[in-house]
Amino acid sequence: MAQKGIREYDAKRLLAKAIPEISGNKLRFNDELVLVSPETDLAALPNEHPWLKDQRLVVKPDQLFGKRGKNNLLLINVDYDQAQAWITKQMNRQITIKQTTGETSGTLTHFLVEPFVPHDKEYYLAFTSEREADVIHFSTKGGVDIEEVWDSVVTIRVPVLADPAKVDIASHLPDIANQGALSEFIKVLYQIYCDFHFTYLEFNPITFLGETIVPLDTVAKLDDTAAFQCAKKWGEVEFPKPFGGSNTKEEAYIASLDEKTGASLKLTMLNPNGRVWTLVAGGGASVIYADTVVDLGFGNELANYGEYSGNPTTELTYEYTKTVLDLMTRTPDPHGRPKYLLIGGGIANFTDVAKTFTGIIRALEQYKSKLQENRVQIYVRRGGPNYKEGLENMRKLGERIEIPLEVYGPETHMTRIVSLALEEVSR
Amino acid sequence: MKDYELFTEDTKAFIYGGQTAAAQRMLDFDFMCRKDEPSVVAMITPERGGFELFFWGTKEIRIPRITSITQATSRYPTADVMVNFASQRSAYDVTMEALNTDSIRTVIVIAEGVPERQERILAATAKEKGKWVIGPATVGGVKAGAFKIGNAAGTMQNIREAKLYRPGSVGFVSVSGGLSNEAYNVIARNTDGLNEGVAIGGDAFPCSTLLDHLLRYEKNPDIKMMVCLGELGGTAEYDIANAVKDGRLTKPLVMWVTGTCAKVLPGQVQFGHAGAKAEIAIETADAKNDALRKVGITVPSSFDDYHEKIEQTYIKLCDQGVITPAEDFMPPNIPMDYKQAIAEGLVRKRTGFISTICDESGEVHNYCGVPIDEVIEKNYGIGGVIGLLWFKKDIPVYARQFMEMVLQIIADHGPAVSGAHNTIVAARAGKDLISSLVSGLLTIGPRFGGAVNGAAEHFLFGFRNKLMSRDFVGQMKAKNVRIQGIGHRLHTVENPDKRVELMKNFARAHFEKTDLLDYALSVEQVTSQKKNNLILNVDGCIGVLCVDLLRELKFTDTEIDEMIDAGLFNALFILGRSIGFMGHYFDQRRLQTGLYRHPLDDILYDVPDRPEKVG
Repeated sequence: MAQKGIREYDAKRLLAKAIPEISGNKLRFNDELVLVSPETDLAALPNEHPWLKDQRLVVKPDQLFGKRGKNNLLLINVDYDQAQAWITKQMNRQITIKQTTGETSGTLTHFLVEPFVPHDKEYYLAFTSEREADVIHFSTKGGVDIEEVWDSVVTIRVPVLADPAKVDIASHLPDIANQGALSEFIKVLYQIYCDFHFTYLEFNPITFLGETIVPLDTVAKLDDTAAFQCAKKWGEVEFPKPFGGSNTKEEAYIASLDEKTGASLKLTMLNPNGRVWTLVAGGGASVIYADTVVDLGFGNELANYGEYSGNPTTELTYEYTKTVLDLMTRTPDPHGRPKYLLIGGGIANFTDVAKTFTGIIRALEQYKSKLQENRVQIYVRRGGPNYKEGLENMRKLGERIEIPLEVYGPETHMTRIVSLALEEVSR
Repeated sequence: MKDYELFTEDTKAFIYGGQTAAAQRMLDFDFMCRKDEPSVVAMITPERGGFELFFWGTKEIRIPRITSITQATSRYPTADVMVNFASQRSAYDVTMEALNTDSIRTVIVIAEGVPERQERILAATAKEKGKWVIGPATVGGVKAGAFKIGNAAGTMQNIREAKLYRPGSVGFVSVSGGLSNEAYNVIARNTDGLNEGVAIGGDAFPCSTLLDHLLRYEKNPDIKMMVCLGELGGTAEYDIANAVKDGRLTKPLVMWVTGTCAKVLPGQVQFGHAGAKAEIAIETADAKNDALRKVGITVPSSFDDYHEKIEQTYIKLCDQGVITPAEDFMPPNIPMDYKQAIAEGLVRKRTGFISTICDESGEVHNYCGVPIDEVIEKNYGIGGVIGLLWFKKDIPVYARQFMEMVLQIIADHGPAVSGAHNTIVAARAGKDLISSLVSGLLTIGPRFGGAVNGAAEHFLFGFRNKLMSRDFVGQMKAKNVRIQGIGHRLHTVENPDKRVELMKNFARAHFEKTDLLDYALSVEQVTSQKKNNLILNVDGCIGVLCVDLLRELKFTDTEIDEMIDAGLFNALFILGRSIGFMGHYFDQRRLQTGLYRHPLDDILYDVPDRPEKVG
């Protein structure tokens, strides 16, 4: 999936190793870092990292979310005992954090511990990528929400085909103390940014300790598709799931099926009490079906988002369908209203439609009485190789299991079954 | 070629990679478009050269495989398109190499997972050189009636139904390739058809953008209206809005950005494409649809009206006289592939090959119906397997043991016998295992080791004709035929061959009857009286006991004769002795013996002074 967030720990670890190498040992970067996970033995940790006992420390969660200070999740200038006590208290705690994009709930599981660095100046430094250029952002007003002081930010655009080692940084920087060291440092960082396939790298704030640059807060993303060429550079880098992305049992089951096959199976539950359920072939089509439910004003009734594609076996489509049907038919609508199942899809390229329908039909047959109990109505739309036979099999199934089932082919617009179903819902 | 055209009817292309199915689909498309020549001139496959066979309609044609881009471009300098099927790992290098040639102008990159930085470098390089890259992570696209990229547009049935065999008036570009068939279908049903369709690929930085292709369509006078399908994430759709605003795009455009459902989904839902993720408000589908609507682009209220907007726009253009609907024709039929026809039960064919002893086409291969796992679990052993594969019978345990005993007894008989000697000589001449083994095996015949069959045949003749042993010996003598299986160089009546004794004892203990053995022994009584080494030898004993065994296993006389005729009894000798021959080969290899040369003093040179003159 290309751009993937990595832990602050991994980002700093990569840089601490790469900076002396790239700069010919001229520049250094703090490599005193520890990542604490639920498995870490906190009491034994200082044996491996003696500096934990010698220095004042900073502790913060390391789980791909920012605004840790504002969310009271930052512990500064403490000794190891205090750090240990705080981590023990926070570990496995359920929290809700406020970010610019909204609130997210999740469990705290990973903490970064590093030396506390007393400082006065706080700068801002970031590297981002656009289509035709990389952009280096620098501001002397770091340590705050950078959007609020955007006027102070200097931007240096580096065209994609430029040589990273020959970029002129110095002339763009404001006239500050350490300007020479800073521009050297930025240049080396930029070379690493390119060479290590970073897609985002932000230090806010970053400061100086004498001539050495010290990043206080780091956010980084790597392009995970570059793993095949970066295995050695990256070492054991982890791509954690975004914070708060916990799965239901059924979502986890589908994800586990997905991992085991070359085909694609996705399921996200939105509203288990919703009355519109989707069972859609193809990534693109599945988005459009969900879109249309939302655009026609029934987002609140949309129960799930998901897709199956890449020619899954009959067994897999059967398992997938069963999982959706099970969720759908657990409890009938409290008001006794019908539920709607959209078995949709565009015109397949090479997938044999009749074949993929076999697994779906088997599951529907098995759930006959539950579907009846839940007053389920089914709408089918699909095209592609062998679609006529597939649609005919569906039609016969409807008669066999005595469920209202409407069948449409490529002559009908792909999302027509959505409006057909929603006309029923609004009745 | 015009700068806005990437593909025409005359486009010649390379396929990079061994994607023969994709190449065949391109050729089928060409044929359906009634073109005179295929669009694919060569496949570039570094692993091997030569050629590949394809169908052009019903005719078979050869298309060369070339091992490098350099050779390909020098052989086909007019080919300006490369469909690049190279993997994620090498897609970048291959595309870069193609962009650096003089002749290749457009590269389509199919691979998913090309790193973003590499994509951006490819995009910038192409731009610098005035070339085009479509993709990565795309199925490609199609220029109706002219050229099809790889697997784009699906099956020939799809292509026929969406009328892609002839150009219409609509230019289409989308992010997703998966939905392009659906879009071609929508366009075919609501307009006079597609002119050109491209899927740019779902990565964050596709090498050519939606706008890049729309600007091409804008310049193309054959394209009268444009249809576009965008996606949440990124800001490319704003470039389109700006191009409309500043007059770079003027043709009617119907456009929809998918992903409006993102707002009801939990933040972390992952859509299929790498680029399909809205990080900030302006990247959402709603914001983009609004921005497009604002500049006058036709944006439906949901995908459900998409086709209606397309139809309305088309009808308006027809009414205005801008579009004269494209004419249709019946495209030529593309013959169904044999495999598919078989699968659908439409054709049948006689087989040219038959096997009744084993079948490896199922999930577990079997020997005469016994699955291989059962062969092992039930200890069939070599004897049992011989029963299954040679006799097509599940033979009893004592019969298996007899076969194995025979194999062990005849596995070797020293380095001096002709077969082993030959093997050793070949091994010492530096020949490989199979040559040395075969060199030994080739000596097996009527004089060496081949007497098993002959013995069975001779004794059966006497036995069946109920000849008294004395009369049998007499008849053979009269015919001047040596009785096969009688006589040994060393062993005598008084000093019997241990191997023969072992077999006789086993047969007496386990066989119900040993009729032919008994007959052979009665013959032996006659012959050994003449000379005490004229005894039933190993070959003879095997031969007669095999017949006794088969009779016991209820094989008919005819079946037994067939087996003898096919040399089946000699097979036991060949199989067993191969063990010994290979042993001698390995022995010589280990010893690193040098080339064998027969000592001169062991050769009598009796050559005339001059040859006799004749004629």
